[in-house]
Amino acid sequence: MSGAEKIAVTVTDIVPLNDLVTRFEFKRTDGALLPTFSGGAHTVVEMQDGDITRLNPYSLMSDPMDQTAYTISVRRDDEGRGGSLFMHNNVAVGDEMVISYPVNLFSLDLRARKHLFIAGGIGITPFLAQIKQLERFNGHWELHYACRSESLGSYVDELTGHHPNETHIYYDDQDQAIDLVSLLDGQPLGTHVYVCGPKGMIDWVRKTAADEGWPREAVHYEEFLAPQPGKPFEVKLAVSNKVIHVGEQESLLEAMEREGVDAPYLCRGGACGQCETTVIDYTGNFIHRDHWLDDSEHASGQKIMPCVSRFEGKTLVLDR
Amino acid sequence: MTIQFNDETFRDDYSFYNSERAIKRFPFPFHEDSYMYSVNMEQHRGGPADSVYEKRFDVDEHYVAEMRDRAMVLADDPLRCQSLPHMTLAGWDLLELIMVSKSEDYPDLFELHRDGNNWRWINKPLGIDDSFVFLDETTLPYGPMEYITRQAQGDFCVLDQRDDNLWMDAGMVTTQADWSLDFDIGMNFFEWHAPVPLAHEKGIFVRALKFLLNIQQGAPARRLNWTMTVNPLLDTSPENYHKWGIQKTTLTPENIGAKQHLRVELQTFFRLPRSNALVFPIRCYLCSFQDIMTVPKWGRRLHRVIRDLPEELATYKGFIDNRPMMLDYLKNFDDGQPTSAGIWPDLETEPSLAK
Ligand code: HEM
Ligand code: FES
Repeated sequence: MSGAEKIAVTVTDIVPLNDLVTRFEFKRTDGALLPTFSGGAHTVVEMQDGDITRLNPYSLMSDPMDQTAYTISVRRDDEGRGGSLFMHNNVAVGDEMVISYPVNLFSLDLRARKHLFIAGGIGITPFLAQIKQLERFNGHWELHYACRSESLGSYVDELTGHHPNETHIYYDDQDQAIDLVSLLDGQPLGTHVYVCGPKGMIDWVRKTAADEGWPREAVHYEEFLAPQPGKPFEVKLAVSNKVIHVGEQESLLEAMEREGVDAPYLCRGGACGQCETTVIDYTGNFIHRDHWLDDSEHASGQKIMPCVSRFEGKTLVLDR
Repeated sequence: MTIQFNDETFRDDYSFYNSERAIKRFPFPFHEDSYMYSVNMEQHRGGPADSVYEKRFDVDEHYVAEMRDRAMVLADDPLRCQSLPHMTLAGWDLLELIMVSKSEDYPDLFELHRDGNNWRWINKPLGIDDSFVFLDETTLPYGPMEYITRQAQGDFCVLDQRDDNLWMDAGMVTTQADWSLDFDIGMNFFEWHAPVPLAHEKGIFVRALKFLLNIQQGAPARRLNWTMTVNPLLDTSPENYHKWGIQKTTLTPENIGAKQHLRVELQTFFRLPRSNALVFPIRCYLCSFQDIMTVPKWGRRLHRVIRDLPEELATYKGFIDNRPMMLDYLKNFDDGQPTSAGIWPDLETEPSLAK
């Protein structure tokens, strides 16, 4: 079986936060307790969208010790392939859904003397759970959170209200920006930095930290990529002995699942490495979008991550 | 099912013994007539009734005696139990996992009563009835990991997961096959596996680590490992090599059936929820050669495996000098007949030894 263990849940609350972001609360349908989790974990939500099963990862933002309910926040992506639109438009209180057990690819380094969080937009969600976890154990943390505007600043009021000294907010439309170099410079020894937000922000923080001499192990990041639409293509699956068609609006992983091929996955966002697949033969170009393979592996033409990456060309044969 | 706990020792007079039931459920580690290292991992979700795979944490007739032996080892050498400061939360995770599993799987032996963070733990075999506050260390006589692993058979390594590696940052290790927690503490997966022959070259550790990093909550895994021990010793540590190493030379053709033990480790892997750490319980089962020989299939197979085992492995496992004497004994139980696949004894279907 692929993916983490599943849990049957019921949607118990839906709260629109602003024009783009809505919060969903899940409780177990059988009334039992949910598993505890560690701050930074995500769950994969299954959406039955007509004939299509969509599986999207969302960070858990509720208190990790609260076993009665999980909450996630979903940002509407009008350009994407529809997972977030489905959550916004088709999900109602009382609906039964299936989510995965928590999986953490962005956990706190508990050795850190201090945790420095840098969030952009919806990237705030894993930090909300991590902050609750650290508060319980008197952990030392500080948050720098960049939002587009006051009206789109999800959870700003809650954060500044409860943690006025630890929280620093920056609004793009007011030309406020994080002064990263001096921020990093002023940190005590033993600080770990965590960044979650758009790709540009992650790259900026990682590069700046590296330039400032921060050890790689002290810089943590998480970016879930949503699979992007693209030109349709054909793939031959050597083990299953099938030729399958990947449509414009589906990922290669989804196309394999649609055809009944049991392909491994965990994050479905190019981060965990579970779906790594060997390329047997190809003529054409890969559109690699994952964070898992390094540049030389991308260039080698020997591996592909089917959850987010695509292909354009004549032939592609995979060992699956 | 009630368990009759043995009154036995793993030192001095070695009164350890296996009942008939214990022999039948012994986790014989060879599924075919030869052995080589491999990434032999499977899901840990129960198994045949009364097998060692059935429960999350197997409790058997040796429980009380093993816990007594552990307490003696710790009294002599407190460094067998260590936990780096950032691992306390993982210790609570482990305490919860064991208490919940044992009270659900053995309700007649263990009880857990929870009212918020106020917990009461009853361990009937060891005569313990403690109330404490979950996540408050000051309410327990030891740290959470030490407290619970003094009441759980087998060694425990608690691994921190970071930087795409696992780090041995906590553990309770008193029944080990010649390695030392005090030496390995703080090391990563490749560092502590450095002494193992052949497996690195075969890429086993790279693949095994990938698998372990992806073990998720609610989906534990397991594997078997094995070695040889003369006399039923639990504590075969490097720290005490001067005491047990010499016993390997006391083996004779007359006493080998009783003294030579196959030592099997049931290794399981659980993701811990609050800390995202991984716990690696290593449960040790001992069985004398003469008891193993009561299962004809195992007798045939053990002879073939030991005969054909690569020299590097026999050396690493520490029985290369005694191998000829073992084979002289074991060959009497191998009549050359074929063996059925898999590890189970198959007593009803496998033929008895042809004379
Ligand atoms: C995180 C979990 C694990 C821990 C803490 C662990 C620990 C150890 C230690 C301490 C040793 C002894 C090394 C020495 O000689 O000093 C060992 C041996 C070994 N380990 Fe692991 N190990 C783990 C997982 C695995 C896995 C998943 C495999 C899978 C293939 C594996 C394969 C081996 C092998 C083949 C040996 C040699 C054993 C023998 O021949 O007796 N280990 N391990
Ligand atoms: S499923 Fe995680 S990288 Fe593809």
